[in-house]
Parts: sequence; C-alpha cells; structure tokens
Amino acid sequence: MDNQKLRELLHILEQNSRRSPETIATMLEVSVEEVKETIAKLEEDKTIIKYPAIVNWDKIEHNDIVYAMIDVKVTPKRDVGFDDIAERIYRFPEVQSVYLMSGAYDLSVVVVGKSMREVASFVSAKLSTLDSVLSTATHFILKKYKHDGVILEKPDDDKRMVVSP
Amino acid sequence: MSQSSSPTTKPTTFNPRLSRIIQEIPPSGIRKYFDLASTMEGVISLGVGEPDFVTPWNVREAGINSLERGFTSYTSNSGMMELREEISRYLSDNFQTHYEPATEVVITVGASEGIDLAIRSIIDPGDEVLIVEPCYVSYDPVIRMAGGVPVTIQTTLENDFTLTPEALEAKITPKTKGLIFCFPNNPTGSIMTEEELKAIAQVAVKHNLIIISDEIYAELTYDGTHSSIAALPGMKERTIVLSGFSKSFAMTGWRIGYAAGPEDIISAMVKIHQYTMLCAPITAQIAATEALRHGMDAKDRMVESYRQRRNFVVKAFEQIGLTCHTPKGAFYAFPCISNTGMSAEEFAENLILDQKVAVVPGHVFGESGRNHIRCSYATSMDNLEMAIDRMDKFLSKNR
Ligand SMILES: Cc1ncc(COP(=O)(O)O)c(C=O)c1O
Repeated sequence: MDNQKLRELLHILEQNSRRSPETIATMLEVSVEEVKETIAKLEEDKTIIKYPAIVNWDKIEHNDIVYAMIDVKVTPKRDVGFDDIAERIYRFPEVQSVYLMSGAYDLSVVVVGKSMREVASFVSAKLSTLDSVLSTATHFILKKYKHDGVILEKPDDDKRMVVSP
Repeated sequence: MSQSSSPTTKPTTFNPRLSRIIQEIPPSGIRKYFDLASTMEGVISLGVGEPDFVTPWNVREAGINSLERGFTSYTSNSGMMELREEISRYLSDNFQTHYEPATEVVITVGASEGIDLAIRSIIDPGDEVLIVEPCYVSYDPVIRMAGGVPVTIQTTLENDFTLTPEALEAKITPKTKGLIFCFPNNPTGSIMTEEELKAIAQVAVKHNLIIISDEIYAELTYDGTHSSIAALPGMKERTIVLSGFSKSFAMTGWRIGYAAGPEDIISAMVKIHQYTMLCAPITAQIAATEALRHGMDAKDRMVESYRQRRNFVVKAFEQIGLTCHTPKGAFYAFPCISNTGMSAEEFAENLILDQKVAVVPGHVFGESGRNHIRCSYATSMDNLEMAIDRMDKFLSKNR
C-alpha cells in the first residue's frame, strides 16, 4: 500500500475504528486482502496500538472522576536521561499520560482520581517523594471541551437545507 | 426557436402586474422534493448540493476577526485587490491560466452572480446561448431573464455526459452568441479532459463563440487534474471562467465567488455588478483571502474524504443493482434508474415516502438526466451506508 493510501487508511480508522475492511477497501480502491494485511501489520508493529472508545464520562451519573495536569521538574539521570523517571511515573495506574516537555518544566503528567483529595494525596505521597522529582505544580481540569480531536459537548449538527440545487 | 430545458409546466393564469418574462419561467423543479423532505422526520438526504463540512476554522476566524476590527465597509466594485491577487496567483499555479488582477478578475456574490453577469454582459435580446445539459438549474432562467434564448445541447451516458464537437456544431445558428457549461458537472460528476476540450475549443473559434466555463467544482476532481478550457491556446480571449469558494472551501453561505476573463468582458461585468450589487460582502472577501492563503490543507483533506465516499457509493449502487458511471469530480453520483421501470420523478417520490431517503430526479437538470437520479455524497459515511441500505430495501420491494 502506498504512503498516501496508508495515511488515508489510518485517518479512516482514527475516525471510526469499526469501519469494515470491505468498506475501507472500496473507499481506497484497493483489495480487501490488502487492507486486512496492512491493518495486521500496523497492529503488529504497534503503529495501531489499541481501539478504545472515546467516552464522555460526564454523561454518567455519580461518576466522580477528576483529572489533574501536573507539571513535574526532575533531575535527569546519567545515560538514561528522562526515560527512567518517566517510566517510574507512568507505571502508576493513576497516571493517564506522561509527556516530556520543552520549557519551564520537564514532564507533563495527567493523573486521574475519584476526588481532588485522592489526586492530591497521590501527588504528595507518591509523585513528589520520588528521588529525582524536584517540584510539582498541580492543575485540576475543570471541564473537558475537546479530547483527542473530538469535541465532547456539542457536536456540529447539519444546518443545511435538506434539498438544494 | 426556443428549446426549453425546463420540464415543469408553465403557470396557467397570467398576472398583468408581473413581468411576462418572469411569469414564463417555470417554478423550480426541486421545490417539490424539498417540501416533501422538510416535512418528514428522520430523512437521510442525498439531495444536498453543498459540502457537509463547515468552513475551515481559520477561515471562519478570519471573518470574525475582521468584524471585530471593524471591517464593515464597501470595497472597490471589483473586489479587494489582495483577494484578486491571490486568485490570480492561485489560477496560474493550479490551472495554467493567467489573469491580471487589476483588470481581468472580478469578485462576485457567489458563482451564481457570476453566471448572471457573464450572460448579461454578452447578449442582446434574441441572442441564443447554448447550454450543455444536464446542468445546474440557473443557466436557463438567467438567459431568459436577460432576454436571451436558451438552446440546450443534450449529452448521453454513452459519452459520459461530456460535450462532443458534433453535438455542439449541430446546435449552432447565426444567432448563437455563446456556450455555457460546467465541468466537473453538477449533477453528473463528469469531467472533460484537455483533449476533449481542445476539440470544443476548435469549434468555438470557428464560429466565434464566447464560452462561459463554470468551474466551481474544479478543485473537486478525483481522477487526474482539472483542465480549464481557458488555458488552451487562443481561448483566454473568448472564455469567461466562473468559480468561487462555495464548494472547494465549504463556504456556500458566505456568498463569495469570482469571474476571470478578457478585459473587455470583465469590465462589462463590473459595470453591471457595480449598479446591481456594488460589491461582494467584505467579511466574505477577507475570509476568502485567508482560504487561499492558508486553507489548502483543509481543502485537500475534504477532497480526500469526498474521493473515498465517491468510491464507496459508486460500488454500493452497482451492488444494489443501479448502474452508475464513475463521477470523476464534484460530489454527485448519477445512477441510472431506467431498469426499475419507474421514471426518475416516481423513483424520487416513492423513495422518500417509502424509505425516507431524499434524492433529486435527473430531469430537474434537463432532459438528458431523465433516467437518472442525483445523489449527493456530501454527507457522512454513516449516512451513506444507511441510505444505501434503505435504497436496497426499496429496490427489493419494487423488483
Ligand atoms: C454548477 C454550479 N454552478 C454554480 C453554483 C452556485 O455557486 P455559488 O454558491 O458560488 O453561487 C452551484 C451551486 O450549487 C453549482 O452547482
């Protein structure tokens, strides 16, 4: 599959990972086998990692989840740089994502918990006590508007007239 | 020798208060399906002649920002110079046509106004204008309103709904002033290659015809690249290119387009435009400038998505038993329904009543579309899949 089609295939799956190989094959003008093989290869080499659903948890009642974004300053270690401490941090199940950043701090860590208190205690007890961690700044997320390219609150509805020339 | 392309019947009672010309123009053939579809719940519409995308955000933002900064005035009649310069550069980079921004480009209120200006600037009462059909619904009435005589040239599925030099030559009379066509075409999705256009250009030169080339769908070309007849040797001086931002940049509601052509015709068009429209809206002009400067990636992504959906619907129609030639541009499929035993009108009406899928019957766009229905694939893949399912059910019932 050429590079252009490969990109298109990934875009299609990113939009809707449940689109059938048959439909994708038609859309891209290639054979079903080629689509299946390519997807298998992409899964194998971890280009495609997983097919999760994007959930708007705010719609679930009594679903108390708080997210916090934490700026972490660390001292990098000889030879392994930031990788070691990043791994120490991302192993915690409370941690949703970890990014190495340029600028004023080093790691951006997203932590999830049932309450602010739970998140705060994770930060003070687990995160800031790690050897290489110099400082942390915690920002709680108040509302999610858009997540991974998807607008959560009000998807654009079709405003067009039903029939037009 | 008026050969109307409008199939609907004329109103029977004459109202002396109203212009005769206006009363003789039949009501729009699309109205009926619009009325049907808009009174029903849960309709999936393949009847929409505009993109399903909203205008790219950076373009919308440019419009908002211009309002905030107080750009609320008229512009020069021909349109803002920066926009005309961007258009000139864009046309030259993409279609190898070269226009002087100061004298050979005018910004219009959509290609719609461009069609009107082009016709009015070239004809006198009684002049004949050839229309290649099936085609967009406004050509015929606009010619009539200008006192001209529309003469239709039919095209066929066998020729992929393209214009042949023989068909063109057959309709030329001493009164023929010009020719209007649109490729990529609404409703057929057909395109014309450079070779095919060369043959048409020869006839145009031989009979001294002015060509109005509606290229509003130029960017939405999926197989090969768009060729403009104006790029052929000797053709710029006799061609008016009409285009705009509605389809390529999903900007239908902004009402912004342009015409490019030889100086004498453009200045005649500007004359009409300055007295009837004054200028195109400034907000839209600023947004369109942003579209040409920073909107190409967004445009390319939309084109990619249309191409994928085109591939899907054409195959799906074949699978449910409707022959469908491959549309190479625009966002319409034009399957043939003659094997169902229904007329396009019956098909469209029964389909919406029975399965709540709205399509537009081909005859609305001219006689040559009689056995076809226009299905716009400017709607989501999920909608397309559902629409095909429902049409399959409809066809099984009526087999
Ligand atoms: C062939 C053709 N020409 C012109 C137009 C009008 O475009 P605009 O929005 O630029 O007036 C349309 C719109 O549907 C069209 O299909």
